Amino acid sequence: MRYLPLTDTDRQAMLAVIGADTIDDLFVDVPAVARFDGPIAGLPGHASELAVERHMSALARKNVAAGDVPFFLGCGAYRHHVPASVDHLIQRGEYLTAYTPYQPEIAQGTLQMLFEFQTQVARLLGTDVANASMYDGSTACWEAIGMARRITRRGKAILSAGLHPHYVSVAKTMARFTGDQLVTGTPTLSAATDIDSLIAAIDTDTSCVVVQYPDILGRIADLAPLAAACHAKKALLVAVVTEPVALGALRSPGEMDADIVVGEGQSLGVGLQFGGPYVGLFGCKEKYVRQMPGRLCGETLDADGRRGFVLTLSTREQHIRREKATSNICTNAGLCALAFSIHMTLLGEKGLRELAMVNHGAAAAAAERLAMVPGVELINTSFFNEFTLRLSEEARPIVRSLADAGILAGVSLGRLYPGEESLANGLVVAVTETTTAQDVAALAAALEEALA
Amino acid sequence: MTINASGWRPERPEAGAAAAPTFTGNKALMLEEALIFEIGDTATTGVDFTGTPVEHATEMPARAYLAGLDRAAPIGLPGLSEPEAVRHYTRLSRQNYAIDLGLFPLGSCTMKHNPRLNEKMARLPGFADIHPLAPVDTVQGALEVIHQLAHWLVTLTGMHAIAMSPKAGAHGELCGVLAIRAALEARGEGHRKVILVPESAHGTNPATAAFAGYAVENIPATAEGRVDLAALTARLGPDVAGVMITNPNTCGLFERDMRAISDAVHAAGGLVYCDGANFNAIVGRVRPGDLGIDAMHINLHKTFSTPHGGGGPGSGPVVFSAALAPYAPLPFVEKTAEGFRLVEEETAEEHHAGSFGRMVAFQGQMGMFTRALTYILSHGADGLRQVAEDAVLNANYILRSLDGVLDAPFGATGPCMHEALFSDSNLAEGFSTIDVAKGLIDEGYHPMTMYFPLVVHGAMLIEPTETESKAALDEFIGALRSVAERAKAGDVALKSAPHFAPRSRLDETLAARKPVLVWKDPALAQAAE
Amino acid sequence: MSRYFTEDHEWVDVDGDIGTVGISDYAQQQLGDIVFVEVPAEGKQLAKGDEAAVVESVKAASDVYSPVSGTVLEGNAALGDNPGLVNEDPEGAGWFFKLTLGDPEELKGLMDDAAYAAFVAKL
Repeated sequence: MRYLPLTDTDRQAMLAVIGADTIDDLFVDVPAVARFDGPIAGLPGHASELAVERHMSALARKNVAAGDVPFFLGCGAYRHHVPASVDHLIQRGEYLTAYTPYQPEIAQGTLQMLFEFQTQVARLLGTDVANASMYDGSTACWEAIGMARRITRRGKAILSAGLHPHYVSVAKTMARFTGDQLVTGTPTLSAATDIDSLIAAIDTDTSCVVVQYPDILGRIADLAPLAAACHAKKALLVAVVTEPVALGALRSPGEMDADIVVGEGQSLGVGLQFGGPYVGLFGCKEKYVRQMPGRLCGETLDADGRRGFVLTLSTREQHIRREKATSNICTNAGLCALAFSIHMTLLGEKGLRELAMVNHGAAAAAAERLAMVPGVELINTSFFNEFTLRLSEEARPIVRSLADAGILAGVSLGRLYPGEESLANGLVVAVTETTTAQDVAALAAALEEALA
Repeated sequence: MTINASGWRPERPEAGAAAAPTFTGNKALMLEEALIFEIGDTATTGVDFTGTPVEHATEMPARAYLAGLDRAAPIGLPGLSEPEAVRHYTRLSRQNYAIDLGLFPLGSCTMKHNPRLNEKMARLPGFADIHPLAPVDTVQGALEVIHQLAHWLVTLTGMHAIAMSPKAGAHGELCGVLAIRAALEARGEGHRKVILVPESAHGTNPATAAFAGYAVENIPATAEGRVDLAALTARLGPDVAGVMITNPNTCGLFERDMRAISDAVHAAGGLVYCDGANFNAIVGRVRPGDLGIDAMHINLHKTFSTPHGGGGPGSGPVVFSAALAPYAPLPFVEKTAEGFRLVEEETAEEHHAGSFGRMVAFQGQMGMFTRALTYILSHGADGLRQVAEDAVLNANYILRSLDGVLDAPFGATGPCMHEALFSDSNLAEGFSTIDVAKGLIDEGYHPMTMYFPLVVHGAMLIEPTETESKAALDEFIGALRSVAERAKAGDVALKSAPHFAPRSRLDETLAARKPVLVWKDPALAQAAE
Repeated sequence: MSRYFTEDHEWVDVDGDIGTVGISDYAQQQLGDIVFVEVPAEGKQLAKGDEAAVVESVKAASDVYSPVSGTVLEGNAALGDNPGLVNEDPEGAGWFFKLTLGDPEELKGLMDDAAYAAFVAKL
């Protein structure tokens, strides 16, 4: 078999060295009742590379690839163009098949890359420091809530109604076990975010306010007044950014005095992949660094005085603190962080700002075009590359029928908020540099027909 | 004759002539590489947008939609042209050890070969370019991949149901323990507040249990390195929610009493979590479900060959017994007469009301599912069985080949499973495991797992995996023997090893006392002073 | 001033009803380079044996228990910038915290210099 180098001659020679007659002798500790004479029944035998490729390709063909149709889905995962070099570089064996850099002398490639990543993320988010990545935005968000609890020693977190409902759902699941009290709400189909009601809700029991920027409907609000209101009551502001490209055009949450900024880095380098693997971004103010979850890479010197990098502040982590760890995280998103960093390096600040304005310009043009369709109303007065339309009918069936017609029209709020009557006619539309004018025209025409 | 004076002989270095340091600091192919912040700048970019559908202008009326929150201040993100970027990351990559370079003996990490077919399949646009919230009718192939992989994993483990969404092993542990807690609460047994964990357990086990609200107590081991069944049984009671057992355990030994442990825990009203990190030893040969466990996470990046990527991404699906299946988290894939569907919060009320909730946005690590399924289909049931056999054979070959070289605390009790455990007890005074590890680096290997499990002094845990040839094993054994003999003889050069790596030993004290986690422009730092 | 030691390698210097607590030279040697110390906050009530502080070295974190009961007066602020003080001068400038003694009788159960030295010699 192509992945097994041992030959039967090897096996016999090795058994002789070991002093065993057969391989079964090495499994002597397995109780008889749990042993099998041969391969487990009901499962196929081995297959050639060609056969496996056929099988998997057939399954792949049953999916509609975003690049093959007009495509407008966002809501926490975005389709961007990833430069060709990114995928080639991350497939170098020295990156792809390397391990966590616990032996820094022979892992400076990974470690230096992580140091660059941390710096890029901190600057993007506007925070003093950032970690070496988390699993994804949703787990980064609940880790931030846990961190706010540890810092403030308070147990009530207020979640904005504009926070991605999956992120809210994850936080609710975790809160059930940590005992955090969560205040949550449902968004309204209007231009205004819930910043004012968040400010009004903060009290001396509040550990943090968690707000998404731009929010789930694409709306943008100034976070500075919210940060001030949090700090006046000694609570923390946690900002969540699900579209990092937005920070190429918009002031960062860190600049608006957010204490912890988390996000989903998928847009850069990573690709849609049906939901994972993604890369969680996590940044915070310097004074909170010892409460940060996740791996951290730090600069130091080697015995010869040369600059090098190591994983540091490890005593926060589970394999050291065991019961007292800051979280149970073992893994960062490694290769996805590398892809993000390479893409960010290829863009540079100039390229990121250009990319952001191409996105925003395309979205503004699309929003205005779609708002002209009878039965379609644009909700947002502010947005970056994603906005919400109110249709004259329920959006979810329209999304399904447009899908049958070969158009992936966006995310219906009925899919994200099942049972919420007030949101049933809402459709969230994302537009990026990969969206063409023809795509928008096709969507407009299809919506017009569907709503007639 | 006509002498063609192009004569040449190889230069023989004079005895004692040392190489002078180079101007660049490079040593031939060992290349130093600066940070992007030192070589790039904010006006350079390696991407262009000419011809992109909507031509941008410098002053967009669209800015009116940005709520007046333009990002005016400089961000400080350097850019590089494509050639410079490719060179930067290629040069950096060469400072990493990797499986593709050589044997990677990390115990409990299962550093097996990462097949490139996996990478090719994961990149098919039908898998790579689909959105998690797309209407399910447009992604039936993706849901079928998840379903097929789920079927394989449930069948291989002899369990009842599976949660595919956890993003990594530790996340999967959390999933398993939260399901246990949900199940006990549903039974009115929420007062059970203690989880028992062997002393040899990986740190994630007690950390996870503590996060889930449990008090953690240790179970001692016998002299044979296994869980002390009598001690465990004595401790069981109405306050114990369950146990977290690793099998094979972290000493590389199969827990012979696993069935008895499960039975005892169930009889006392508790549930059994199994840490599946070492599944590579028994895949295709033993079904953990037959040993009575209630939940087990599987590391796709260990047993099922998805790449380690320098620290991630992983994937940690969790198999469940019938007792825990009702509490499995959302979302998951179901096969119906009309095709595959996703069970999310919406339909959970009807069909899956016991679920403890959603653990992560979207569906889980789809990219790792395609890779793992590709791998599983390649091996098949017979191939996977061979994987476990060769993995165990290779580890035992290393164990026996080092008889008399290094101390193996459990070497006399019988064979090991897929990993061999040694201690540093026979090294010279003042020498320990770290010196062997750093010496091994100079020999061209990544060190084995060090100082874990904690129950053995100076533990060295070696897991070769099944993808090593006999020649590769022999070479590794030779290298380890050489370094071990030096450590037993007290060779001081080991104390300052590695000598030949891109960096010598790094000052981790400095890194922890004065953490520098982001780059700061030295010019600005000086101006500030 | 009198100094007392515990079997967990903490010491307490007593001056009137104020105690100064730290860890012994033996302990700092065992811990290796110390990178961070978490000291208790002013006003915290400690019972004898309570977890009072945490000492972090590069690869491990260790709990420090209060040798006596009392109320914390202050933590050693110098350790914030220079945790290495604990390695350099563990029984002097590397002190962890001061507290007002709650029950001086507790000191009777602790060891003096000579007894502690003998105790360490047997380890």
